[in-house]
Amino acid sequence: MSARRALPAAGIGIALLVLLAWLPQYYGSTQTALFARALAFAVAALGLNLLTGYNGQVSIGHGAFFGFGAYTTAILMKDHDWAFLATLPVVAVGGLAVGAAVGFPALRVKGLYLALVTLGLAALFPDLVTRFVRGTGGTTLVQIPKVTSPSWATRFAPADDQWRYYLVLAVAVVMLLVAWNLVRGRFGRALIAVREHEAAAATVGIDLARVKVSAFAISAAFAAVAGSLLTLTTGLANADRVGTFQLSIDFLVIIVIGGIGTVVGPVVGAWLFVFLEDWTKQVFPDTPLLSPAIFGIALILFVYVLPDGIVGGARRLLARLRRPAAPTPPTAPGTRPAVRT
Amino acid sequence: MTLLEVRDLRGGYGPVRVLQGLTFTVDDGEIVVLLGANGAGKTTTLRALSGLIGAQGSVRYDGVDLLGRRAEAVARRGIGHVPEGRGTMAELTVEENLRVGAYLRRDRDVASDLERWYTLFPRLKERRDQPAGTLSGGEQQMLAIARALMGRPRLLLLDEPSMGLAPIITQGLFRTLADLNADLGVAMLVVEQNAMLALGIARRAYVLETGRIVTSGPAAELREDERVRKAYLGM
Amino acid sequence: MNVSLFLTQFMNGIGAGVIYASLALALVLIFRTTGLLNFAQGEMALFSTYVTWWLWDGGVPILPAILLSVSLSFVGGAVIERVVIRPVESSSPLIVVIVTLGMFLALNALTQVIFGTDAKQLASVFPQRVFDVGGVRLTAQTIGLVAVLVLECVLLWLIFQRTKAGLALRAVAANPTSSRLVGINVGRMLMLGWALAAALGALAGSLVVPATEALTASSMQAILVFAFAGAALGGFDSPLGAVVGGLVVGVANSLTIEYLEPLRDVELLVPFGIILGVLLVRPAGLFGTQRVERV
Ligand SMILES: Nc1ncnc2c1ncn2[C@@H]1O[C@H](COP(=O)(O)OP(=O)(O)OP(=O)(O)O)[C@@H](O)[C@H]1O
Ligand SMILES: [Mg+2]
Repeated sequence: MSARRALPAAGIGIALLVLLAWLPQYYGSTQTALFARALAFAVAALGLNLLTGYNGQVSIGHGAFFGFGAYTTAILMKDHDWAFLATLPVVAVGGLAVGAAVGFPALRVKGLYLALVTLGLAALFPDLVTRFVRGTGGTTLVQIPKVTSPSWATRFAPADDQWRYYLVLAVAVVMLLVAWNLVRGRFGRALIAVREHEAAAATVGIDLARVKVSAFAISAAFAAVAGSLLTLTTGLANADRVGTFQLSIDFLVIIVIGGIGTVVGPVVGAWLFVFLEDWTKQVFPDTPLLSPAIFGIALILFVYVLPDGIVGGARRLLARLRRPAAPTPPTAPGTRPAVRT
Repeated sequence: MTLLEVRDLRGGYGPVRVLQGLTFTVDDGEIVVLLGANGAGKTTTLRALSGLIGAQGSVRYDGVDLLGRRAEAVARRGIGHVPEGRGTMAELTVEENLRVGAYLRRDRDVASDLERWYTLFPRLKERRDQPAGTLSGGEQQMLAIARALMGRPRLLLLDEPSMGLAPIITQGLFRTLADLNADLGVAMLVVEQNAMLALGIARRAYVLETGRIVTSGPAAELREDERVRKAYLGM
Repeated sequence: MNVSLFLTQFMNGIGAGVIYASLALALVLIFRTTGLLNFAQGEMALFSTYVTWWLWDGGVPILPAILLSVSLSFVGGAVIERVVIRPVESSSPLIVVIVTLGMFLALNALTQVIFGTDAKQLASVFPQRVFDVGGVRLTAQTIGLVAVLVLECVLLWLIFQRTKAGLALRAVAANPTSSRLVGINVGRMLMLGWALAAALGALAGSLVVPATEALTASSMQAILVFAFAGAALGGFDSPLGAVVGGLVVGVANSLTIEYLEPLRDVELLVPFGIILGVLLVRPAGLFGTQRVERV
């Protein structure tokens, strides 16, 4: 990025950060919990986007990685008295390992078959939890000790939920920067090259196996950290078949709405997702399932109408406003009709 | 009588314009050869005629406009197409391939037609219950032609029917095509690399270069044409 | 080892496997015609099953209710292919996943929006009887389901092998371009494939639910995973494979639960293991052709 564009971008970023930091000062605890949820979902979607958007490997099993993070944090905090932040490195490394374990088979199993295997993973995960986790009263529910605001922070975070929000925000910002750096650098170019044409990528010296397995590992680690963040916000880890599966699809919804293959797309998508979900619940309290119905239809419509999502569409609009003569066609990864061979 | 009249045919694949405005005709019961170097647009021409790809210009066939019609509608008008590379339905048996060829027919003579083409191509009969994908290349070519004939076409588009065939088989194939033409009166538009043989059975010929007709005339004359001899007959 | 316990469990496995086989057949039909894995197959069946329930609840006897729902699903499947799937035909796997999961989400939620979130009871067409054949417990449900599966297979075989439409369907699966050249309306055949799949799913759903417990919006999610395991094991393009695969998965699961104590709670381990194992070792499955790589 040229300096001419980097400066305003950094300016916008800092302004947004200030806004995000100010939110819990103004809004109450219900809203603050929502903000935290949106941030957690954004981190998971960032991870899925690295894998699916940038690397072209389709996963519908990220609900499982998310759940892995949630339970790891919950169990370490509840049974072993760990501090929340201390659990994060364990979650991240564990996520990397679990992701790599799935990434290796993915070297052979591709495309729709990979999607199927990951779907199986999302369906299997709650069973594993049922088998191995002994939660409250024999259920799969694990409640964590309440994370409270430390005394030195009472000036800006007098309420515990504010403090938890700031923890989530800090971690989310770190994860966003990590994702940003990965995508801008050599690794990002390798991810895209592999997505576009594996054979061509291999001929320019890219180690296919390493890139693809790393993408899976990193992506899973993001989802796992996101699971920890949500556990911090809600105070518990839980998994059932419907929920884990639903989560996996939710992440996909988020990146499709926000913009597949863009860094900020998942963040935008996550906020939209969480707030639309909440809004429909407020407005139509009698039909709690209205939002998944809407998101399901939106998922299909976006593919037809706005395949590069809101961020991609906005970029095209901006480009057209700047240079009215040259409209850029939508080019989200994977939306070009691939010729079946 | 003119059966097929093509005027200013233009078209291609997306932004790639391959056909630059072709004009030619095929008379009822006539064999016409389309010659041209690799990539000249011969296959593209046949695809445009049978509705597999969109095109502009005008294509009149038996008094109706063909352009813009879908491939299945074109087939219904009595145009058979033996595609480049044979288009075998590999998982279907030989006989099923042939029956698919009669998909549009409502009459009761399908069985007798089957026998007829089996008599012409005895190898197909021997392998009638075998998956078509297990046939040799030449046998698949026979199958493709027989499948098109099962539809009782009035006009047959043939895209390199000799591809992959031994010279001796190719000669037999062209004799068969000439016989079919004489017996049934099927008009044929033949794209062929073996220009000598094709010109031998054709009445007229067109030469295609980068999407344009550059030469045309009676087949016998083109066989003597200096440029055609050099470029397509290798003399 | 207790032989009659083994046989009882075996037959229970068959009873479950029959359902997996039916749904796997639907998956295979769609894979063969449109070349994609339909992740929404279970939810399509779920919606159809709710339609059956709605009809039955409204006073239609159970058998006509099922037949009506199957017919409606047939039409619905064709409409879905035309409206939702056709525009993304031959797109990348990502697009296929997005669209079918969009259907998954929408159908699952719409089912609950339309029919309510409470669990439903649905009558069974089969009598609630248990036969004792030499110590082996056999339910009328299992026997009935096997009979239905046999009927389905015969019907499909007749359609595919003995009708012109069936021949055309197979031709389209084998070579769409050549099919168009002989005058087959490929789009209509794809609609037919989806219509048949939706009808099969409706039948499977309407028959399985009484066997388990109540009908809820999550009834089909585990079944779908089992069905995918069956289809993978048999080969995604092989109807015969779907039937064999579905039955094997059902039996394998039933026996695992009975004899491998530690795995009892991990319900989906067997189907997941089968999916992963087959796709890693032999992607074409037991009966499929080896060109499955195309997706
Ligand atoms: N599916 C396609 N997409 C894009 N371009 C194509 C496609 N098929 C053919 N072309 C291009 O169109 C041009 C004409 O191709 P065509 O197949 O008609 O040639 P041809 O005369 O049949 O050649 P040959 O003798 O090699 O069969 C070529 O330049 C080719 O690259
Ligand atoms: Mg050609």
